[in-house]
Amino acid sequence: GLGAGLGGGPAMGSVNGGSGRKMDEDEERDAVFARLEALGYRVGQGLVERFSRDRPRFNDTLDVIKFLCKDLWTLVFRKQVDNLKTNHRGVYVLTDNSFRPLSRMSAETSSQAIARAQPFLWFPCGVVRGALAAMGINATVTAESSELPAAVFQIKTIKTQS
Amino acid sequence: MSASKASRLGEEIWKTRIEKVNAELVVLTYGTIVAQICKDFENDYTEVNKQLDKMGYNIGLRLIEDYLAKSNTMRRCSNFRETAEMIAKVGFKIFLNVTPTITNWTSDNKQFSLVFDENPLADFVELPDDGRAQDELWFSNILCGVLRGALEMVQMQVETHFISDVLRGNDTTEMRVTLVRYIDDELPPEDD
Repeated sequence: GLGAGLGGGPAMGSVNGGSGRKMDEDEERDAVFARLEALGYRVGQGLVERFSRDRPRFNDTLDVIKFLCKDLWTLVFRKQVDNLKTNHRGVYVLTDNSFRPLSRMSAETSSQAIARAQPFLWFPCGVVRGALAAMGINATVTAESSELPAAVFQIKTIKTQS
Repeated sequence: MSASKASRLGEEIWKTRIEKVNAELVVLTYGTIVAQICKDFENDYTEVNKQLDKMGYNIGLRLIEDYLAKSNTMRRCSNFRETAEMIAKVGFKIFLNVTPTITNWTSDNKQFSLVFDENPLADFVELPDDGRAQDELWFSNILCGVLRGALEMVQMQVETHFISDVLRGNDTTEMRVTLVRYIDDELPPEDD
């Protein structure tokens, strides 16, 4: 897949040595995260520019989220989001029970697999955040998997001061 | 395998055995990666070309497995001309849905060109307008690396580079492929 193309990837091994060394690896990890997320952001923006062009104007945030869960998800991940929940105060939780980028992963133990799968969620988080931004919604987006190949995305919209 | 048989094989695999991904997603993702690398190396395009080639090489080392599994031909190409046919009509067909034209063979049958009438990586792409990218950046250089990496895993050391690109304003997009040597059985080199 495309994930494999993103270069050598972070050093994901266990951490040895003193706390100074650990700090460096954490920082490196965060830098990789930020980088993958930023790449995704630009892709998400581009996708929305390309594919929302000929559709009617969005009425509200929920309208945008639905477009994300149905149209965009299908475009990028080849299926729709399975479940959408909201607290009606700007938080949306998207569950994909069979998230494509995680669909062919396995490891000796499931906890190992989940830890190794996590980096593959950074790019998609960026895609989602970029897509939302292109539709006028600022948000933070995080994702995690508690059981492969499912993934849960949490979107927290940020109210813009006006 | 004859050229027409290779064509049919490529077509058949593309239709039946390949999971498709949205083309625009690929174009946008690749374009984003190239843009990021340009930024990382402060538009030192010689270095950018090198990085793209290296990324491709690492993809190629792995992609050959998928190629062999899907094409399932179970036998080696008998000469480099046949290898070229398989690259163009099966390899490029099944992974990118294009079939570059094979041309400009040298008389020793060790060097040929792949001419890309269409290049899915370059849709909607414009090179940076800084007066240098047009002369220095090979936007699709990842493909050179992919080919080099993939062939290395089947005992062929090749040298690959673009000699023209429509993105630069050339009439064609042309990659030169040169067989350096057939590699004797030896331990595979480490990833870099």
